[in-house]
Amino acid sequence: MAIMGEPGTKDLLSLDELEAAGNAHSGRKHILSILVENKAGVLTRIAGLFARRGFNIDTLTVGPTEDEQYSRITLTFDGAMHSVDQVTKQLHKLINVLKIRDLEPADTVARELALFKVAVEGPQRAEVMQISEIFRGKVVDVTRRSVIVEVTGTTDKIEAFERMVRPFGLIEMMRTGEIAISRGRGET
Amino acid sequence: MRAVDAIMECLKAEGVEVVFGLPGGANLPTYDAFVDGGIRHVLVRHEAGGGHAAEGYAKATGKVGVAFATSGPGATNVVTPIVDAMMDSVPTVFITGQVRTDLIGTDGFQETDTLGITMPVVKHSFQIRSPLEIPRAIHEAFHIARSGRPGPVVVDIPQDLSRAEIEYAPITDLHLPGYQPTIEGNSKQIRQAAKAMASARRPVIYAGGGVVNANASHELVEFATSDRFPVTCTLMGLGAFPAPHPQWLGMLGMHGTRTANYAMDEADLICCIGARFDDRITGKLSEFAPHAKFIHIDVDPAEISKNIPAHIPIVGDCRHVLKKLVKEYRGLEGVDPGRTDEWWQKIRGWQEKHPLGYTDSTDAEIKPQFMVQALYEATGGDAIVTSDVGQHQMWAAQYYHFNQPRRWINSGGLGTMGFGLPAALGAQVGCPDQTVVCIAGDGSIQMNIQELATCAQDKIPVKVFIMNNGYLGMVRQWQELFWEKRYSHVDMGSFPDFVKLAEAYGATGMRFTDKATLVDDMKAALAIEGPVVVDVRVTREENTYPMIAPGQPARDMVG
Repeated sequence: MAIMGEPGTKDLLSLDELEAAGNAHSGRKHILSILVENKAGVLTRIAGLFARRGFNIDTLTVGPTEDEQYSRITLTFDGAMHSVDQVTKQLHKLINVLKIRDLEPADTVARELALFKVAVEGPQRAEVMQISEIFRGKVVDVTRRSVIVEVTGTTDKIEAFERMVRPFGLIEMMRTGEIAISRGRGET
Repeated sequence: MRAVDAIMECLKAEGVEVVFGLPGGANLPTYDAFVDGGIRHVLVRHEAGGGHAAEGYAKATGKVGVAFATSGPGATNVVTPIVDAMMDSVPTVFITGQVRTDLIGTDGFQETDTLGITMPVVKHSFQIRSPLEIPRAIHEAFHIARSGRPGPVVVDIPQDLSRAEIEYAPITDLHLPGYQPTIEGNSKQIRQAAKAMASARRPVIYAGGGVVNANASHELVEFATSDRFPVTCTLMGLGAFPAPHPQWLGMLGMHGTRTANYAMDEADLICCIGARFDDRITGKLSEFAPHAKFIHIDVDPAEISKNIPAHIPIVGDCRHVLKKLVKEYRGLEGVDPGRTDEWWQKIRGWQEKHPLGYTDSTDAEIKPQFMVQALYEATGGDAIVTSDVGQHQMWAAQYYHFNQPRRWINSGGLGTMGFGLPAALGAQVGCPDQTVVCIAGDGSIQMNIQELATCAQDKIPVKVFIMNNGYLGMVRQWQELFWEKRYSHVDMGSFPDFVKLAEAYGATGMRFTDKATLVDDMKAALAIEGPVVVDVRVTREENTYPMIAPGQPARDMVG
């Protein structure tokens, strides 16, 4: 049965059947993978665009790619606050932006690296080291009153580790923000 | 050749006839190239005047307007025209001088971060780091400025690099992998749009400046007359659809006609072509066109569903899309031509009940609306009209019934006072055989009045009609309506004496105060050779109506 107003049919369109597209807020976190020309000022253009359009960036990482002409920017933002449609369309208007992918969480491997400097004394050190082991973290520096632990993983895992070590006395935490790559053979 | 000579060759290869600008230290080499460069240069008196002149030239001719400025203050002076060109999608290239490369970053004399300052307000920009990059950057700048959604492009060239020796060959293989505007429009979507229009009982076509930019006026008329679709235009779109046409509803938006705004409010399908649902159009967004579904045609995908979610989005150049849309529409079967009868009855009712109007004076006093009507009559409705920003701009839009595109040149998005005179200058340079008039306010005109000297020196015969009410009129109106008439710093008195000022600048100065002879007086002014400034004294406190109060829905128009 032909649906009324389908392209290719002679029927006219019922206005009631039309549904608005775009501009919807997804309500979840989005990871955008943006391939840009490796030129001076590109990051400023992207950061400036977010600032003037009132988009909040949660995390942002920039790095080289397998091709030196291009850089990869991975940024995350909250889809409850901004329409992903509008964010990607505005980004596409930048001449130096080549490709943008809104990565599907299920088809993506996302990782973040974090360094935790934890205050420890006496028996607490062993306890922190034990927790680190469970999280497959690595102790990279030890002093009489502190340890530095390196943890890699998803944002959830890093946040869980933070909750575990915070009670010991978290002196400092440094996080890189997420990088992400699509699963499978195809390019991100 | 020197890089600066290559710049001249690039400009010629891009078809540039004229550059508006002002020299300074950092672009001395470039100005040396003008001596033998074979390109006309109009020496403006302030870089902002040069920028707006380039915009006026671009809007009147459809070609890319070019402005030159030196580093530092020269560059910051063109920031306003750059933003203006961005907001109104005007194809323009700004070439700015920069301090020597060894001085960059040292707070050198007349150094400023031009690229950084302009970055948020350009379509794109180039910082030259090697003289070899100059020709490619300039060709790419022109391509970006004029294609897709047009806009301003800045090329910032350090002084020492512009003096270097380079080889120049015209560049045709532009390498812009991240820039491929969609032009054609999706055929399936276009068919959907045609079908939706064919079943709409209360359709409205809402056209904007994108139609003018795409030179799609003919196609717009073709589409509208493929059925009996009512048409309204934004401030930027005026002239895209001929005002005397029976399907014309008048301008829409804050100071549009009641008919146009009511039609949008009750429409069941709105076909937006090259417009962007600006807040001056929608009024209160949540109550805008509550019964309507939307077709949105725009060359810039980011405009689609930005403010109003589109039901049928079509990304493409308005002319290409409209051509296909006309073909699709005319190919449809079973379209009931009588389905809009009731709609038209309603529209004719509004038109009859709410025509644009004002209470004329009973003595010699010139009402501002009357002044625009008189100018329409004196010019036979056939002039290129530029305006500044404020009440006079709205009255010009309402009462000068534009029947062709590129005849109405004003600053819409940014609302830049001081735009009108330099824009008229640019338009006149681009269209030497046309009558170019500037309708200015007594406040606005003073913001770039120095360009009268440019007009006088270069014999650019623009005719400036100052609607002089001695107020910053639009602000006064808002203070009257929304701030209990507590007038705060809007009274400009009767300063300066515009007649004497015009004469000092080498233009002809006149003053008109009598309604009875106004049309003939204007005709006499228009017949004078060279630039003319006419101080037209109008009613001091007259309000621009009708009006959608800010933040209110269209159906609650006042006045």
